[in-house]
Amino acid sequence: MSDMNVRSDNVDVEQIMRQIRSRIREKRGVDYTEEEIRELANVKLEKFLDPRGVRSDLLDQFRRSRAAITEPQNFAFEDSTLYETHRGFIRWMRKVLNPILKLFFNPNPLIRALNIQAELNTKREQLDALHYEVMHNLVIELTRVGIEAKNLKMRVESMSSRLDFDERRARALEGVVMYRPGSAAPTGPPAPFDNSRTVEGDQERRARRRRRRPRRPPGDHREVRQGSPSDSGTGGQDVPDRGDQTQVGPERAGAPPADPSTGS
Amino acid sequence: MKLAIAVQRYGADINGGAELHARYIAERLARHAEVEVVTTCARDYVSWRNELPPGVETVNGVAVRRFPVRHERKPREFGRRSERVFRHTHSLADEVAWLESEGPASPAMIDYLASAAFDYTVIFSYRYYHAWHAARRLHQKAVLVPTAERDPAIGLEMFRPVFRSVRAVMYNSQEERAMIWSATGNQQVPGVVVGVGSDVPQRTDPAGFRRKFKITRPFAIYIGRIDENKGCGELFDYFQRYATIFPRGLDLVLVGSAVMPVPKHRRIHHLGFLGDQDKFDALAASDLLIMPSYYESLSMVALEAWALGRPVLANGRCDVLKGQCIRSNAGLYYERYEDFVETLYSLESNGPLHHRLGQNGREFFRRNYAWPVIERKYLEMFQRLDRETAPPPIAPLPGWLARRRASLPAAESVLAGIPSGAVIEGERHG
Repeated sequence: MSDMNVRSDNVDVEQIMRQIRSRIREKRGVDYTEEEIRELANVKLEKFLDPRGVRSDLLDQFRRSRAAITEPQNFAFEDSTLYETHRGFIRWMRKVLNPILKLFFNPNPLIRALNIQAELNTKREQLDALHYEVMHNLVIELTRVGIEAKNLKMRVESMSSRLDFDERRARALEGVVMYRPGSAAPTGPPAPFDNSRTVEGDQERRARRRRRRPRRPPGDHREVRQGSPSDSGTGGQDVPDRGDQTQVGPERAGAPPADPSTGS
Repeated sequence: MKLAIAVQRYGADINGGAELHARYIAERLARHAEVEVVTTCARDYVSWRNELPPGVETVNGVAVRRFPVRHERKPREFGRRSERVFRHTHSLADEVAWLESEGPASPAMIDYLASAAFDYTVIFSYRYYHAWHAARRLHQKAVLVPTAERDPAIGLEMFRPVFRSVRAVMYNSQEERAMIWSATGNQQVPGVVVGVGSDVPQRTDPAGFRRKFKITRPFAIYIGRIDENKGCGELFDYFQRYATIFPRGLDLVLVGSAVMPVPKHRRIHHLGFLGDQDKFDALAASDLLIMPSYYESLSMVALEAWALGRPVLANGRCDVLKGQCIRSNAGLYYERYEDFVETLYSLESNGPLHHRLGQNGREFFRRNYAWPVIERKYLEMFQRLDRETAPPPIAPLPGWLARRRASLPAAESVLAGIPSGAVIEGERHG
């Protein structure tokens, strides 16, 4: 996992963004953009609608309904539709003769039925579009989930191989430990170290480190290495390093975020 | 020098971006010239209803002359005309009718500007009635402050001659300039990227703000209208997901009036509209400012955050904000959730990065947006225009029949052809 290096005397936002994006890529595995996911989903949708596939009629059905949306297939039917004409005189004649027509039969149920049919047609068009959109979105989400599952699978494989390696290493180290004659055989897990010796040893080590390391001038904070939400592979609480707290503007009232490894 | 500032609305309590911009500029230029603001009686930018009395009054020491609006906007008609000119092949007459329906139509205001003896007229917001008519009538005195966003209006044919014939254009950002150059081909018109400053107080009281509003945890802040169009819906979605992943991460404080529901979340605090002092105290108390807007010609609140040394996390799909973050080296940007969570985490957890971005922001503001810099740019432009000869008269509108010929492409298709993206060239800090 790459770290973000920030030199305290210089920052380049574009460089930082590149680092952040490369970290996201590392975390997510293959990094698809939203457009790429949609493209993949479209490909899958077409495949799903392939007549040679499982549902042979879906392709035609959806294509037909989608094409039909652009065509004026519906016919608005109102109470005046039966009598409409572009010729004013005829329209007037029909209006005059309408009561006579109604002596022969009642056109109102016919008009009402056709009006309801026109409304149903409109709703059906909308429902078709909605169904298509729902299916389309489902396929997009499925594609996204599929990609994520694949990435997770890769991560699990990588972690299990690392675990195998660690186990083998631990067994190899156990094998190296020699049993010394004269000492008591261990009955439980050995104490990791002797406290008194360790304190002394620590002091020696610190003294040695002090001798080795040149004294740093105060305020020199170059090359602060910074972790990321995805860098807490050791588990537990992630403690973000704000570097030199004296340089930091905002007061920190709260503790740092916890367990970012569950992140995006 | 006698200057007129022509703007669609004006008042001490009118806080729209362009209107506030106009007020700040008027108040600052009044220190160097005789300034009169010429505006309408409207307060509401949706209806343009006449609410303020016509005549002259003084606002913060600047004379303001108001003229009534001839008719209110009819939203349905405006929507229909917008649909026509933005999405369909149309005529110049359609565009003129669209502008009339958009408003604020105040012919008396234009007549006054044409008759009064101003040396220059600084016209704000190119897309409104007053700007188009005033720029056509007074193009030899017109200094245009377009405040243009990347919306289809910039693709309308009617604005091309205006942009090419005014005396000068004062741009808000490099991105705005590049877009207008590309849309109108007005590179030969004198222009400069200016923007606007802000009256950032010398002293702020972040501890007082925390006490007053009982906010104890570190927080990111959003300041502005809480609106879906400003990207707030996406911000809420991203932040709530971030809050689930980082239970002890930053809170989100919202300052501004809400025109959409604010999610009820224990880490989202909506404080409503705040006065200037509280706003600056809130900014000073925050860790960073989040700007989720997709369209901005200039974000004044981002400049104020930089002035106070706070880094900005901006929506990278807004060219202007992204360009400013890159040029200033004072902010990060996101284009999707993964970017949002990583950048926000980097800003909250990485002290040196946070500190350096804040410093760069302060320096960027000082060099480019401090008031002396803004005033100097305006005054230098006026001096330059005094020296140069005026351009030839603007071409008259085509004849009755030609105006009605439906041969102009849909504005949305014109906009789609205009290159987008942040302008990286220019002075960079850090």
